[in-house]
Amino acid sequence: MLRRMDAAQALADLTEISSQVVHVAIVDGEGTVLATTISDPGRSARFVEGVTRLLEEADTLRQARGLPSLSQLEAATLEGSVFVVRSGDRIIAATTRPDPTVGLVFYDLKHCLRSIDDAAIANGTPRRSRKKAGDAA
Amino acid sequence: MPRRVLTALMLAAGSLVGSILYRRRAARRLERVDLYAEDGSMASIADGSPDAERLLTLARELMALAH
Repeated sequence: MLRRMDAAQALADLTEISSQVVHVAIVDGEGTVLATTISDPGRSARFVEGVTRLLEEADTLRQARGLPSLSQLEAATLEGSVFVVRSGDRIIAATTRPDPTVGLVFYDLKHCLRSIDDAAIANGTPRRSRKKAGDAA
Repeated sequence: MPRRVLTALMLAAGSLVGSILYRRRAARRLERVDLYAEDGSMASIADGSPDAERLLTLARELMALAH
């Protein structure tokens, strides 16, 4: 519950600071939505499912091209861009209008995830890290 | 006569500059997917390849859901 409150605060800060971000969802390792700007629960669930599929496809492509682990991506369409940043077991996904300032959006999204981590540490909740590919089970 | 030539030249130059600016803007707006790895490397996949199309289809669905 505390993590959800941290995420909600971080999301509120992000939407206040970043004028380029339109919608955002912050998801934990189990696929639970910690905070989102999409008010309809059905739409937000479908949005998170879509982000998960996008990340899976991107990971497959990354492996096929022999790239190291994926940390972030931008998919630019004519309607706008989808940004996804992965940090530890958390994911933040955002949509923007067309032609966003890519570096600035990534910076804001990473800052948002960092602020949740900082709040979790301050509250005594240790951050869980994602297992890297190739780690022994 | 030289004045007409000058006007024509200015119109031609204006058209050329406009065309260049339009092309630059259109090129910037091309659909693509940029993948960033943990080591800082980046792979850009331009629209037109089957790999990009799968990811861009998902991205378009996300845009439609979010707006």
